[in-house]
Amino acid sequence: MRETEHISVAIVGSGGAGALTAGNFLLEAASLAGWHGLLTRTVGPQIRGGEAAALLRLANRPVECLADRIDLLVGIDWLNVDRFGAEIEIGPQSLVVTDPAGGDLPAFVSRAGARSAEVPIKDIAKSVPDGRPNMVALGVAAGVLGLSEQDLSAVIEKRLAEKGDKAIDASKAALKAGIIAAAQLDLGLRLPPPKARDAQCWLVSGNEMTGLGAIRGGVRFAAAYPITPASEILEWLAPNLAKVGGLLFQAEDELAAINMAIGASFGGTPALTATSGPGLSLMTEAIGLATATEIPVVIVDVMRAGPSTGIPTKSEQADLNIAVYGLHGDAPHVVVAPQSIADCLFTTQWAVYLAEVLQSPAVMLSDQFIGQAVAAIDRPADVAFIGRRATAVPQMGAYKRYAVAGGGVSPMAIPGMPGGQYTADGLTHNERGIPTSNENDHRVQLDKRRGKLEQFSYGDHWATLEGDGEVAVITWGSLTGAAREAVNQLRAGGFAARLIAPRLLLPAQPERLNAALEGVDRVLIVEQTHGGQFHRYLRAHYDLPIEVRLLNRPGPLPIRASEIARAVMEWRS
Amino acid sequence: MSKAPSIPPIFSVADLLAIAYRIELDAVERYGVLADQMETHNNPELTRVFRDLSKAESIHAAEIREMAGDADLNGRASALHSVWRKGESPEEVDLGAAHYLMTPWHALQLCLAGEKRALAFFTSIAETAKDAKVKEMAAELVEEEAEHVNLVYRLLRKYPKPTDSWSQDGDPPAAQD
Amino acid sequence: MSTAETRTICKPGDYKSDIKPIWCPGCGDYHVLLSFTRAFAQLGLRPEDTVVVSGIGCSSRIPAYLSCYGFHGVHGRSLALATGLKVSRPDLTVVVASGDGDGYSIGGNHFIQACRRNIDMTYVVMDNRVYGMTKGQPSPTTEPDFDTALFPGGTGLSPFHPLVIALASGANFVARAFSGEPNETANILVEAIRHPGFSFVEVLSPCVTFRPDEREWKNLVHPAPVAATSDPAKAARRIMTDDGFNIGILYRGERRPYQIKAATKAIDIGELEKDFAL
Repeated sequence: MRETEHISVAIVGSGGAGALTAGNFLLEAASLAGWHGLLTRTVGPQIRGGEAAALLRLANRPVECLADRIDLLVGIDWLNVDRFGAEIEIGPQSLVVTDPAGGDLPAFVSRAGARSAEVPIKDIAKSVPDGRPNMVALGVAAGVLGLSEQDLSAVIEKRLAEKGDKAIDASKAALKAGIIAAAQLDLGLRLPPPKARDAQCWLVSGNEMTGLGAIRGGVRFAAAYPITPASEILEWLAPNLAKVGGLLFQAEDELAAINMAIGASFGGTPALTATSGPGLSLMTEAIGLATATEIPVVIVDVMRAGPSTGIPTKSEQADLNIAVYGLHGDAPHVVVAPQSIADCLFTTQWAVYLAEVLQSPAVMLSDQFIGQAVAAIDRPADVAFIGRRATAVPQMGAYKRYAVAGGGVSPMAIPGMPGGQYTADGLTHNERGIPTSNENDHRVQLDKRRGKLEQFSYGDHWATLEGDGEVAVITWGSLTGAAREAVNQLRAGGFAARLIAPRLLLPAQPERLNAALEGVDRVLIVEQTHGGQFHRYLRAHYDLPIEVRLLNRPGPLPIRASEIARAVMEWRS
Repeated sequence: MSKAPSIPPIFSVADLLAIAYRIELDAVERYGVLADQMETHNNPELTRVFRDLSKAESIHAAEIREMAGDADLNGRASALHSVWRKGESPEEVDLGAAHYLMTPWHALQLCLAGEKRALAFFTSIAETAKDAKVKEMAAELVEEEAEHVNLVYRLLRKYPKPTDSWSQDGDPPAAQD
Repeated sequence: MSTAETRTICKPGDYKSDIKPIWCPGCGDYHVLLSFTRAFAQLGLRPEDTVVVSGIGCSSRIPAYLSCYGFHGVHGRSLALATGLKVSRPDLTVVVASGDGDGYSIGGNHFIQACRRNIDMTYVVMDNRVYGMTKGQPSPTTEPDFDTALFPGGTGLSPFHPLVIALASGANFVARAFSGEPNETANILVEAIRHPGFSFVEVLSPCVTFRPDEREWKNLVHPAPVAATSDPAKAARRIMTDDGFNIGILYRGERRPYQIKAATKAIDIGELEKDFAL
């Protein structure tokens, strides 16, 4: 039995087999035991009964991306699994557990030359009263991995509490039967015992962390229009905002959602909305309105594959263009991007802070991968950023909402403040907010709005900078984890490389990136797009060394750490 | 305005003066609004005409103020207003009849219409009032309004009726938003 | 706002800002501005506690001409802005101003949803049956034979009935006013603002530049022959069979307005984390 740093497991099944539930339970039990883990899922297009795969990676250190290969693949059945076969990479070292009654092995499995073992999952399930195949499959996976039955039972008790004792007992029995059936299987790999964790363990998705980050940052109003894969943010916020005295309000469309958030913010309440690419497209006009009227608002875009309706359930990084360039006119604003599930908490909170302090819209580019993946993470540290906008205490006399003073941020009167009355206007306006077509007023306000963003000190949070060496891997968002793993792999192999991942995309920070690139003569840009949007963005805003290579691919397949490492190695000569 | 204003319940001379005062103040405001419109729309001649009319109305208002002595005209007018809710003020200038190219003749026609309505208004109070003092005061106001009407007629002699092309503008309208 | 109290805090003139309107002299909206100031004075509203929200178009310029807080937003979305504002700041009096293009065309869906939600605010649409700001295109209330550059000879499309749409969608107060009767319009606005829930007032407001034929409106308007009903179906039938110039309050509903939940005692944010911990 070989010790390994990480193990990857996939459980697949269709027609309500419950593969995803099994995956969830497996992750939770592993985290109870003390391992770190990451779980993603991939599904067919049906609403119920479709084919589904739960993909897990467990390790003794934080897991931010999937591995190259699945070590253990448990198939409850194989119906239509070919649809996402490319996402489940197996190789000759992998072990495939198959139910002889579950249909022929799909092509992608038989092609891989993996070892296979037969376990009659359905029959075993039938042998247990009310037994379900997914609990058997869970037992098989747990048995192979060496997870304790006790931890799994605890998870079953907690998660099936609503379904009653009968369901709990049946599940435990099916689990046990699966564990027994696994005794004959040998993966050939095992994880070292989990290290003791210093911090509390959280089992969370990026979308949930986004919601918590928003509340921690001070958001007390959210406008909601559902869209895959952002809806969970809104679903989490609905009860939790109410618990802290806030409100989530459903809108009739994204046009209404963004305007409602702006209206609430105008009234003094930090506000947010969450959407995906198609919704962000609709919202751009109003984001421009918030820019021109200098009203704080946070817009979360959980990116999915585009263009147009695209692949709603798959991740991509191709909304960068619209987030950065999508507003008509010259409309500088803030764009940030979280780099992991845990980072969704920090970055959302930071986005709220920046929006409030700078009186600007802040677009946060999350994506389906970190939004919907679930990870067992250490409880993130508390962060001191609470959004506070400068509010006015107007004296008698004409209040200048958009007065130009040091720093470019002018105190905002909130309705209810006597003497502060002004009309927020999308029309170009002067310092008092009165519409004007005068060239000086226009220039003054454009300078003010750009200046307030450029003069602000964003601190070290603007980017992740790790390592050193002459080669730099530059990426952003959810690919940061894979890039980090690649750079670590290279370093372990004796090759020094840097990781640069901006968290702040707008306003660009040319001086700071130049400093980060000192001594770098080759840059590998990694992004999950077809058109190289990040590459173009970097060239537009930054000076890059002469030697630049691009590693890019659109969704749905993630870019793996080993691909990045290989691309760097191939470039050494 | 096509609607004749209804007669408010007037029980005393103070009431009558309060109404009259309010009517004059409304006219001051209305002509001021028209003067501002003309100024914004680059018609200096009409700006002057309306400012003058506004000033004239404020003199009328001051005269009524004098007649009323110490009475709280504003308070009384507000109280009456809440009872007398239907209808527009008789001297209410029809802002809908304004035009950015209007001439002094047009302005005076507006003014004349207003004064005539005010005259008719006070005439009917004079005729229908039961209280003798109210009747007397109403009759005085009738004389005042009649003087105003005559004044406007005299002013109109100075300004001929404009030709049909008065509202022609070679430039097209400008879309702003 | 449903209080019956009328304290005069300000005179009508106090609600006007120092900005001079750009509306064409003769525009009905000057009268509507007067009506707003009179209504606000009658209600005793504090300018700092009042917000006028608008979209784009001639009528939407009105917030800048008032001394209250204002928001001149983007085309068609004033009701969404106002909704977000009102539900998070129920203490404010929110009045929304729009026109027939901004409110019924691009703003159509938000109009329907706002009526349905019945949140306490007042929606005033200045209907001049034309797109004035952009030089004279037909709007959803333009007559089918009205000749314009984009549709020579007329669109051939029937105008729709915004008052009936409001009733069908759930508005709690529906009225029609005429800008040429500013006192009457002010009275209607007072009632509308006082009435709980979503109040909709359509003000016929002639466009002197692109619809000079609307000068005739002052001869066509007349008081509604019968008092307001609380039965929406009855009100709808009356409106669909009237001549389009019945002036007055046409419907006073008794629907419960949207309940903006008062902030309960907020729990500590740390409590929210418990769901995540293993």
